[in-house]
Amino acid sequence: MTENPTTLATPDTWTVAGRTFTSRLIVGTGKYKDFAQNAAALEASGAEIVTVAVRRVNVSDPNAPMLTDFIDPRQVTYLPNTAGCFNAEDAIRTLRLAREAGGWDLVKLEVLGEARTLYPDMRETLKATEILAREGFLPMVYCVDDPIAAKQLEDAGAVAIMPLGAPIGSGLGIQNRVTIRLIVEGAKVPVLVDAGVGTASDAAVAMELGCDGVLMNTAIAEAKDPIRMARAMRLAVEAGRHAYLSGRMATRRYADPSSPLAGLI
Amino acid sequence: MTAQLLLTVNGEPRRIAPGSSIADLVTGLGLDPQKVAVERNGEIAPRSQLAHTILDSGDTLEIVHFVGGG
Repeated sequence: MTENPTTLATPDTWTVAGRTFTSRLIVGTGKYKDFAQNAAALEASGAEIVTVAVRRVNVSDPNAPMLTDFIDPRQVTYLPNTAGCFNAEDAIRTLRLAREAGGWDLVKLEVLGEARTLYPDMRETLKATEILAREGFLPMVYCVDDPIAAKQLEDAGAVAIMPLGAPIGSGLGIQNRVTIRLIVEGAKVPVLVDAGVGTASDAAVAMELGCDGVLMNTAIAEAKDPIRMARAMRLAVEAGRHAYLSGRMATRRYADPSSPLAGLI
Repeated sequence: MTAQLLLTVNGEPRRIAPGSSIADLVTGLGLDPQKVAVERNGEIAPRSQLAHTILDSGDTLEIVHFVGGG
């Protein structure tokens, strides 16, 4: 047997701001056909954290179904996000409300720069990170795939760095493996690829680069069979993680036979 | 009878009896105060204070909750 029970038996968990999780996949709760499909995809993904948005209650229809009726915040960690905020002030205001609504300090900060690319505005993101950290929040921060910006966010109080792999909702996959790797190597806090994953291999790539986790929404929600894709993502994240931990072989420029050359007839 | 107070709730005008608390407003809208967060005139209204905070005419309130998002 080549299996090494001492390493495989060790539980592979990750910890963000003192909270420990087994699943390295975080899933969004947007764009699903309905809450039931969303809940089924969550189950198939094995995720322990979901991102949620904060929006006005529809006062004209207070009995409309609510997310919390389908995904129990006592069983799954709700990570409130600031999607749709284009400056630090709006993002902070949103998270203050989120903290009041849920009682959670662990939040996802994203401050967007423009609607077309949904690229983060790093000046506003950094400003918001500093203020949130001072107010006792634990911000996991969506950011550009820039190792220097990542360090600045960490210094400002980010509890996790979440660089984009490609624009939000694009499904283009990890566009710059070099910068993601550099961020991973430089960070003392968890690094999760947030945005850009389109299919299972993209998630595996993120994990093989040494990321602590992957956050995705559209790749699952817009698959023709979201529940099956959720399962695929779960397996891909696990596969990528195992591949990273196992220490992959070096690449060679030319072939190297797997069968012995000695004893050829 | 005293004139009703005029509020702005989630961007829309709404009237309520004088002396009403934020909790009265929220439950009057058919909402569970445990599932929402309220901002009054730009400041968070702590959940523990909703029943004790009396509304004034002209107050602007935002009532939010968690919805699906990425």
